[in-house]
Amino acid sequence: MAELTAIQKTLLENIADLHEIPAGAYNIRSNGGMLGRNTTANIDIVTKTDKPGIDIIIKPGTKNQSVHIPVLITQTGLKEMVYNEFFIGEDCDVVIVAGCGIHNAGDEESEHSGIHTFHVGKNSKVKYVEKHYGSGEGTGERVMNPSTEIYLEEGSHLEMETIQIEGINSTERKTYARVEDGASIVIKEKIMTHDNQVAVTDFKAELVGADSSADICSRSVAKNHSKQTFKSNIIGSNACKGHSECDAIIMDEAIVEAIPELTAANIDASLIHEAAIGKIAGEQLIKLMTLGLTESEAEEQIINGFLK
Amino acid sequence: MLELKNISYLVDDEGLGDKKEIIKNVNLTIEDGFVAITGPNGGGKSTLAKLVAGIITPTSGQILFNGEDITGLSITERSKKGITFAFQQPVRFKGLTVKDLITIASGEKITINEACGYLSEVGLCAKEYIDREVNASLSGGELKRIEIAMAIARKTPLTIFDEPEAGIDLWSFQNLIHVFENIHEKAGGSIIIISHQERILNIADRIVVIADGEIKEYGKREEILPKLLKGAAPAPILGDDDTTLGCPTLLDKIKQ
Ligand SMILES: Nc1ncnc2c1ncn2[C@@H]1O[C@H](COP(=O)(O)OP(=O)(O)OP(=O)(O)O)[C@@H](O)[C@H]1O
Ligand SMILES: [Mg+2]
Repeated sequence: MAELTAIQKTLLENIADLHEIPAGAYNIRSNGGMLGRNTTANIDIVTKTDKPGIDIIIKPGTKNQSVHIPVLITQTGLKEMVYNEFFIGEDCDVVIVAGCGIHNAGDEESEHSGIHTFHVGKNSKVKYVEKHYGSGEGTGERVMNPSTEIYLEEGSHLEMETIQIEGINSTERKTYARVEDGASIVIKEKIMTHDNQVAVTDFKAELVGADSSADICSRSVAKNHSKQTFKSNIIGSNACKGHSECDAIIMDEAIVEAIPELTAANIDASLIHEAAIGKIAGEQLIKLMTLGLTESEAEEQIINGFLK
Repeated sequence: MLELKNISYLVDDEGLGDKKEIIKNVNLTIEDGFVAITGPNGGGKSTLAKLVAGIITPTSGQILFNGEDITGLSITERSKKGITFAFQQPVRFKGLTVKDLITIASGEKITINEACGYLSEVGLCAKEYIDREVNASLSGGELKRIEIAMAIARKTPLTIFDEPEAGIDLWSFQNLIHVFENIHEKAGGSIIIISHQERILNIADRIVVIADGEIKEYGKREEILPKLLKGAAPAPILGDDDTTLGCPTLLDKIKQ
C-alpha cells in the first residue's frame, strides 16, 4: 500500500485517531480512489459494481473486531457520492469507524456525500463512530453531506457517535433508523460551527418493535455567524421508549434552531423531547475566572468540556 | 491583609423602582488569621464576599489587598493576586470533571495523585470522584466538598469560604477545620469564613457581625461570641436553617 503523506496522516489522526495504518479490516479511500484495503477471516470488503462504494460483510458471531473506513480528500474541487453498505450478521460485537477529512488548499469546492446503510443482524452490538474534519488554507468550501440508514433487527443494538468539531463549511446530515422488537439505538452527536458555517442535522427513528428504544442526544456549540438546525423525529408505533435531547450553546451572532417532532401511535409508546439553547452560563464563567482564568480561557474550557 | 474603605453597594430595586443599598458604607480591616463573618440571612455577607472577589463592583469605596488598591481589578486579576472565593452555591458544569476543575484551580499541570490528595482532604474517595462530571448528578454536599477541594488546590493568602459547612455532615465537619488550618499553614494570610455555626465561630480569631448591610460588631472572638450567644446582638443570628431569621419584616408585620 502507498505511503501516507503528512496531510493524509493529519486527516487520519483527526477523523479516526489513527497514527498509522489500522490493525484489522480497513478500507482507506483517498481522492476518489482506493489507497489501501485489508480484509480478515470474518470481515470482507468488496467494491460495489453498480455504483461507487463498498460492501462490508461481517460474518455472524464476529466479536471484538473493528473496521475502519476513512475517507480522505486533499484534491481541491473533488466532488463525490459514495455508497457504503454494512451487512452485520447475527450475534456480532464490532466497532466501525468511519469519517471523512477534507484538506482543501485550493479555491474550488470539495464535497463528500456518503450514504451509509447498516443492516444489523439479530442480537448484534455495533458501535459506529463517525468524525468529520476539514482543514486547508484555500478559499474553496469544504462540504459534507452524510446520510446514514440503520436497520436494527430483533434484540440488536447500535450506538452511533457523530462528531464534527471544525473546518466544515456546510453539512447536512440525515440519519434514519428502523428499530425492531427489543432493539435499541443510541445516537450521540457533537457539533461545533464557527464563522459562516451551516450545519443541519436531521434524525428520524421509527420504533416499530415491541420494547424498542431510541435515545438521541445532541450537544452543540455555535459561534460567530454560524447557523445550526437540529431536527428530530421519533415515531413510536409499538410499546417503546424514545428520548431526544438537544443541548446547544450559542455565542456571538450565531443561530440555533431546534425542531423536535414526536409521534406516538401506540398507547404504550413513551416519547420525550428536551431542548435547551442558551449562552454559556455567567456563573460558570465567573467560577473559572475566580480560579485564575481569563474570560476567553474560561469560555474555551467550558466548551471543550461540553463537547468532550 | 484586606481593607474595605467606605464600601457601598446599591442595586436597582425592581419593586420600588428605586435604588436599594445592600452594603452601607462599610469600613473593615481584616488582619491575618481566621475571621468569621456571621449575621442574619440577607444581611449582606455573600455580597461582601462578591465585592472582594470582584464579581460585583462597589458603587463607591475602595478595596485594598496587601496595601494595593484592587477596586478596579477584574475577577481574574484578583484571583491571580491571591484571592480565592469558595461559593455558597457551587456552580455545576456539563462536561467538566472534578479533575479538570482541580487542575484549573491549582494553576498548573498536576498529577492524578496530587489531585486525589485534595479530594481526600475533603473526605471524598478520590477514585470514585476524580473522573466524575461536576454536573447535576452530584449531591449538594459532594459539590460543596469539591468547591472546598478547589480552594485547597489554590492555596492563596486570602481564602473566603461562604458557608462551607452547609450541607456537610458531622464527620467531615472536623475535617473542615483541619482544611482551614492546613491552608493557613501553607499559604499564611487570612481565611474568612462566612457561617451561622457556633462550631465555626469557635475557631475564629475574630468575628464580624453583619446585618442590614452594616457592620454591627467586629472584634476578638472572646469578646463577640458571648454577646451572640446571649442574644445580645442587634438581630437574631445563630441557628441553623431557620428562614424566619432572615425575614424580620415579616415577623414585624405579624406582630403588628
Ligand atoms: N442583585 C440584587 N438585586 C436585589 N437585591 C439583591 C441583589 N443581590 C443581593 N440582594 C439582596 O441583598 C441582601 C444581602 O444578600 P446576601 O446574599 O449578601 O445575604 P447573606 O448575608 O449572604 O445571606 P445568607 O445568610 O442567607 O446567605 C439580600 O436581601 C438580597 O436579597
Ligand atoms: Mg450568603
